[in-house]
Amino acid sequence: MRIIEKNTLNDTQGMRLTRMRFEAPAIARKALPGQFILLMVHEKGERIPLTIVETDAAAGTLTLIFQEVGHTTKLLGKKNVGDSLYSLVGPLGHPSEIPRNERVILVGGGVGIAEILPVARAVKAAGNHVVSVLGARTKDLLLLTREVGETSDRLLICTDDGSAGEKGLVTDVLKKLLAEPEPTHRIFCVGPVPMMRAVSETTRPSGIKTIVCLNTIMMDGTGMCGGCRLIEGGKARFCCVDGPDFDGHAVDFADLVQRQRRFREEEMKSLDHACRLEGTAAP
Amino acid sequence: MSTPSRPRPEPGRIHKISMDERKTSFTEVSRGFPPEEAVKEAARCLQCKNAPCSKGCPAGIDVREFVRFIREQNFQSSIDKIRESNSLPGVCGRVCPQEEQCQKACVFNAKKIPIQIGYLERFVADWELAHGKRQPARSAAPKEKVAVIGAGPAGLTCAADLVREGFDVHLFEALHVAGGVLMYGIPEFRLPKDIVKKEADYIGSMGVKIETDAVVGRTYTIDELRRDGYKAFFIGVGAGLPILLNIPGENANGVYSANEFLTRVNLMKGYRFPEYDTPVRVGKRVGVLGGGNVALDCARSALRLGAESVTLLYRRTRDEMPARQEEIENTEEEGIHLQFLVTPREILSDDKGNVRGLRLLKNVLGEPDASGRRSPVPQPGTDFELPLDTVIVAVGTAVNPLLLSTMEGLERTKKGYIKVGEDMRTSLPDVFAGGDIVSGSATVILAIQQARTAARAITHYLRNGK
Repeated sequence: MRIIEKNTLNDTQGMRLTRMRFEAPAIARKALPGQFILLMVHEKGERIPLTIVETDAAAGTLTLIFQEVGHTTKLLGKKNVGDSLYSLVGPLGHPSEIPRNERVILVGGGVGIAEILPVARAVKAAGNHVVSVLGARTKDLLLLTREVGETSDRLLICTDDGSAGEKGLVTDVLKKLLAEPEPTHRIFCVGPVPMMRAVSETTRPSGIKTIVCLNTIMMDGTGMCGGCRLIEGGKARFCCVDGPDFDGHAVDFADLVQRQRRFREEEMKSLDHACRLEGTAAP
Repeated sequence: MSTPSRPRPEPGRIHKISMDERKTSFTEVSRGFPPEEAVKEAARCLQCKNAPCSKGCPAGIDVREFVRFIREQNFQSSIDKIRESNSLPGVCGRVCPQEEQCQKACVFNAKKIPIQIGYLERFVADWELAHGKRQPARSAAPKEKVAVIGAGPAGLTCAADLVREGFDVHLFEALHVAGGVLMYGIPEFRLPKDIVKKEADYIGSMGVKIETDAVVGRTYTIDELRRDGYKAFFIGVGAGLPILLNIPGENANGVYSANEFLTRVNLMKGYRFPEYDTPVRVGKRVGVLGGGNVALDCARSALRLGAESVTLLYRRTRDEMPARQEEIENTEEEGIHLQFLVTPREILSDDKGNVRGLRLLKNVLGEPDASGRRSPVPQPGTDFELPLDTVIVAVGTAVNPLLLSTMEGLERTKKGYIKVGEDMRTSLPDVFAGGDIVSGSATVILAIQQARTAARAITHYLRNGK
């Protein structure tokens, strides 16, 4: 679990996106698109899930992309090539179900674009017609557009401020795509929860299968604690072992949003504590 | 053995830390025996010829002998004697229900002053950690490769027994540390994590290769391990999956499964947040649903995290509680309120989705159920509300399918646990199992007993091919 490569994809507007490649041969050998790992940066750290973006089984490496937003992702961002993590475990969760002979629309928002990439590659490799819709607030926050473009039959980009691609939300683009005469069979959507919710609402009237990839608060990642539970189709489901892909039309998003805020106060305390240790101002 | 006629010495005394400290810290409650008290206690033993105590031990420890060595102040021989039969003495000395086992069989039990065997075991185990000689790593060329899956009490025990037989033992653990439920489940104040770590390290020093962060079923499958040359498998992955209540409001913020709550507190050391990064929040008023040891562990942990009031809510009465008597006493001493004969109906939350209370029904006891205990019968129209900030659900666990669903041909019981025959053999010839994945939620010592049986069966299987 040594870091062998690190680069910054974006560092604007206080949002740093970092890519890291790790030595993890056992995980690299097994991981399939849609699966994730759990990591601990240090011995006193928390366990957080991150989607596996890329693997190289021959080299025994895996790549993660993360936004430095919380205490643990900020700690991770401070690690450099040659450093090791305290813990890295996986691959966890079910791989995404990859269809055949379908028209598939992939919707990625923000850092979710990184998470849609492995699915895009698998969906394309399986012979589907792939249309990718990538969105961000502004041009500088877009990432991996070339990589996603290479594995898509069509690539559509949108930004809230119109600085790249179409001005508007991914749902605006999606509505136009759905109005096209070719039928769409399936939608994969990864991004901020409000975006996944909006996409699911957009496709609900047509009933097109809409898969959302969720990332709830986890600990063990093996189904033991149930902390990651969410409601799908009126039933409690564990994101770590039942997911991370769920039916966007059946997920209770209001519940999901509320549970993501479970430790909001403590998260602030944790950031504050780290800042005081470093002698810098709290964010 | 006749009752002694001459006056016997008083039992050795156990000291507990002060009540103030108990309510505010995770320091181990019982200090155990100092050496002079341990020797005094061992001197009370009559060394009965038939040693009923040893027969009362599921792990088959030669209790009489190890107690005799303590009396002779030969602590090294005492711990060596225990280690012949038990690789987790520091754990068992603390968490075994001795009152149901060795101490129940003691002749002094008739007078309610049995030899305190558990505390004596703990004493020599702790003595060993401080002073004893370490096990030298095995030097002879190892025999066949064996995979032990799950580094809880069953896995650690099985691995230790197999490495002693000369096998090349690999122990796979899904979490980042070995210990299983001893690490994530049982709290620091009953079983210090340092003790568990040292017991696991000791087993590592015997030659067992412990691989953490390895989820068998995900990182590796049994079939892949077979191809990698493993000749036999022991599955000791625990029961694992938390049972939820399936009542309205259960997803509210402030509802934890016992597993989540205890894992945050114990494994991730949430009680030391923000020094440790994993948070745990309890608020002022905590309700714990359940009546077993796990429920008590949750209640006592919540108290130590600063809750002003903690209420244990159990559907039957004190007589039916599955928890150990000693722990029920400790719980009440600490000021935790026990409320019996209630059934939770709904978890109530505020407009932000945070728990604000529980709606419950009162029960009466009806006819005995399958467990032989009188069953709780909720009484319609007896609804009442209890204001709470946190609800912890400690009503048991079910089978975690993560590994088992990847194993073709492995027979399971109706409830989904692994079906075992004689000697903990499963329906697959090279696979053996033990602990909670076989028995459901049971005790550490039962897991150890099954693991020892399995280790013998694995040894036989690898020597004889059956």
